[in-house]
Amino acid sequence: MRSVEAQVAELRGIAERAAAAGVRAGAEAAEALVSDGIELSVKVRMGKPELVQEAGARALGLRVFRDHRAAVTYTSDLRPDALERFVAETVELAKLSEPDELNELPADDQFAMTVPELELFDEKVLAIDAKRALDEALRAEAASRAFSSKITNSEGASFGRVSGATAFAIAGRGRQGFAAGYASSYCSLSVEPIADDTDGKKRNGSHWTAARFVASLEPSEEVGREAARRTIAKLGSEKIATGAMPVVFDPEAGRDLLRLFASVVSGGAIYRRSSYLIDRESTEVASKLCHIVDDPLLRRGPGSRPFDGDGLAARRNVVVDAGILHTYLLDTYSARKLGRASNGCAGRGVGGAPHVTTSNFILQPGTTPKAEVLRGLDRALYVTDLMGFGFNATTGDFSRGAAGFLIEGGQLGRPVGEITVSANFDALWRAVDCIGDDLDRRSSTASPTFRVAQMMIAGHSGH
Amino acid sequence: MTNSEGSRLDAIDAALARRLLEAALSTGGDYADLFFEYRTSADYSYEDQRVKSVGRGITLGLGVRVLKGDATGYAYCEQLDTDAMQRAARTAAQIAAAGASPPPVEVRAIQIPDFYPVATPTLEVVPTEKLELLRRGDRAARAADPRITKVVVSFAEELKEILIVTADGLLYRDRQPLMRYGVYAIAEAGGKRQTGSSGGGGRKGMDYFADRTPEGHGAEAARVALAMLDAVDAPAGEMEVVLGAGDSGILLHEAIGHGLEADFNRKQTSNYSGRIGQRVASELCTVVDDGTVSHTRGAINVDDEGHPGQRNVLIENGILVGYLHDWLSAKHFRRGPSGNGRRQSFRHNPLPRMTNTYLTAGPHEADEILRSVKRGVFAKRFSGGQVNISNGDFVFSLTESYLIEDGQVTAPLKGVNLIGNGPEVLNKVTMLGNDFQLSDGIWTCGKDGQSVPVGVGTPTVKIAAITVGGTQA
Repeated sequence: MRSVEAQVAELRGIAERAAAAGVRAGAEAAEALVSDGIELSVKVRMGKPELVQEAGARALGLRVFRDHRAAVTYTSDLRPDALERFVAETVELAKLSEPDELNELPADDQFAMTVPELELFDEKVLAIDAKRALDEALRAEAASRAFSSKITNSEGASFGRVSGATAFAIAGRGRQGFAAGYASSYCSLSVEPIADDTDGKKRNGSHWTAARFVASLEPSEEVGREAARRTIAKLGSEKIATGAMPVVFDPEAGRDLLRLFASVVSGGAIYRRSSYLIDRESTEVASKLCHIVDDPLLRRGPGSRPFDGDGLAARRNVVVDAGILHTYLLDTYSARKLGRASNGCAGRGVGGAPHVTTSNFILQPGTTPKAEVLRGLDRALYVTDLMGFGFNATTGDFSRGAAGFLIEGGQLGRPVGEITVSANFDALWRAVDCIGDDLDRRSSTASPTFRVAQMMIAGHSGH
Repeated sequence: MTNSEGSRLDAIDAALARRLLEAALSTGGDYADLFFEYRTSADYSYEDQRVKSVGRGITLGLGVRVLKGDATGYAYCEQLDTDAMQRAARTAAQIAAAGASPPPVEVRAIQIPDFYPVATPTLEVVPTEKLELLRRGDRAARAADPRITKVVVSFAEELKEILIVTADGLLYRDRQPLMRYGVYAIAEAGGKRQTGSSGGGGRKGMDYFADRTPEGHGAEAARVALAMLDAVDAPAGEMEVVLGAGDSGILLHEAIGHGLEADFNRKQTSNYSGRIGQRVASELCTVVDDGTVSHTRGAINVDDEGHPGQRNVLIENGILVGYLHDWLSAKHFRRGPSGNGRRQSFRHNPLPRMTNTYLTAGPHEADEILRSVKRGVFAKRFSGGQVNISNGDFVFSLTESYLIEDGQVTAPLKGVNLIGNGPEVLNKVTMLGNDFQLSDGIWTCGKDGQSVPVGVGTPTVKIAAITVGGTQA
């Protein structure tokens, strides 16, 4: 057992040596990302352990520029001689690509000067052993099954934790470069009970909790009970008739919509002309109620990062301000492609080149209590689940499978399923006419409950 | 970074495997297996008329699994040194609490047929040949029409060598080449913008391009993007839908394939649980999962638990006759393995998964099927699908579809989703074409966070009623 600081320092050393080796091998610049993680995941079902998986993994991703040509490689073989050979081969590989004048490091003064402490690592996460993990999962599942006799089966409960470190180094000929690292941790618990419906169908619902710090997890029993509540609520789900009506998205479904929105404000989609929001900066892209922010600097945030995948300082970006599109999310390459400056939105994994990646991408909560969001709705749809891939980023056409509840007389009514909700995304966001105060912060893309004035629902042909 | 130095797995021999199995079974496990993997991959992308990036990757590792009752202990390591491998074996063994089970007396190599012999995997072909394929696809898409404003072409390839050793002492080696080529085009005109794509591949060498040329894919991507420029809003509600041959097999994959994976049925969480012998589809429907279709993306010589790839009939003339099994479910149902225990990599434990899943040909002419529709939707291309195993609801997303009016294919429709319930929709298959096609190799299936390459196939299919998720009532 050694300190996490020592682990970060070791990885930073490996990254720096690999990047320097790239320059020695003839690259103008080389960037190396090293990550090292230890994971434990357990699954229980019907009161018994089903899976215990434990492992550690370490890998290095490399990008080199040579005569403005790029190559991107990764390996899990980090023995010094093997790594040296791998780096030299990567530099050689770059000869195959064609020069792109935008393949160049950012200026030295753009690299992050400091690495802010964002409280992303909890040493207590790593201390959770298989026995404790199984115990949490077993208690959560037991609570879901004990909640009601209507819970007849279970897909089980899972507990997972991951704890590790990441280091990133950039070296360039005659350049100061960049090197930094940080530790992070994450743990999660999810439960999925099953109930039998009268029509022979089975109904499943789920609930989960996740956090970077163990102490921030919801109590296991409560996760189980909430999962049971959600499952039972779906009993008797039916289609409804085709027609247009207001739609309320709960925070989980809202998050799915927000994730799609992030994809169309990404610099990569803009320069590839694969977004309906091309040439829309400073114009209205959502209703005045909408404020959308990407904030990598949230303490303990699930999507927080102290610097971006190009080595630039992480910064908070207001993407949509009172409905007006303020900025796209840009990394160094897409910014240059669009003739502007990066706003620090590069994400990077070991397996690939940096690309625009959201951090904590959040639709800011409104002031309306959740129950009030439904008030005054005579007949509307409350969506809890979205299914499928029906989104054309280029045109904004959106059509997905949905399940949830009918809203009648301002109250949640009977469960509905096997229907679709459709609209053009541009119209959908402009039609947001109420935003709840219940922001769900469990995930890196996060939404409160919100309401869209009207969407088309496809279901059965009767009334 | 080439593969010319020979397999990194050559050093794994029967004696070493036996020692690792001994450690894995040292605490009383019922069963164990070892999964060694050496994967090399490369990718090339072409954008703005130049080779934008080239990439390579190497992974090497061992996954050790120990079973005790229905419980699995799993561990892996990325260094194949004795200490790391022994540690992984002992970690996985912790699932069992006491006692020791005997390791196999002897470990012997089993020979299996090769459904995808490739003399020279694309990964071993000089990269310049592949770069030329990218240029050809780009040129063809651009040449199709001046309204094509952007083209991206990609080529991805891998060579995966696996070695599996089971507690029964069986040792299997397999070499799995896989390549995929794709063209993506954007068309712009009159303030409208649309996209089209075309791609394919399989467990093939460069000979793939003899039948399916880069020019063909480039022209097809452009055709779709251009056709969609005129797309109108799709209708909303239940109606007749005709699915084109080939990629529409995604319907089978979602509507029924996942529901027949036996882990769900072992746990009784699928709506197909306990329904063997019952009618679950119209009698036109015979559904097969087949890992033996040569050179296809979904083919496997051996699954990732050491069971040879097989052809399995799942539904015969509408009657449910079988599930897709992994080792655990086969044991539970007291039957032989079906060759469907698959995993994404040595970092993942195996699950029952599909290979190539298809609906066999029927009696009707494709034209006759279209002509029989008064008003409906003709679905041709898809971006993907999803299913809820428990209640059977599934969706799939159309990226190229057309209105059918009075038996004629008319206006192209904007992107739209279809939603249905597996058993209900398969009972509404009222006509089936004689034009069966297997998809070209583009599909990847996700389950429990694991991705595996698969194939789908179908003839032209008519569904009497399914919900179309458009915006026009």
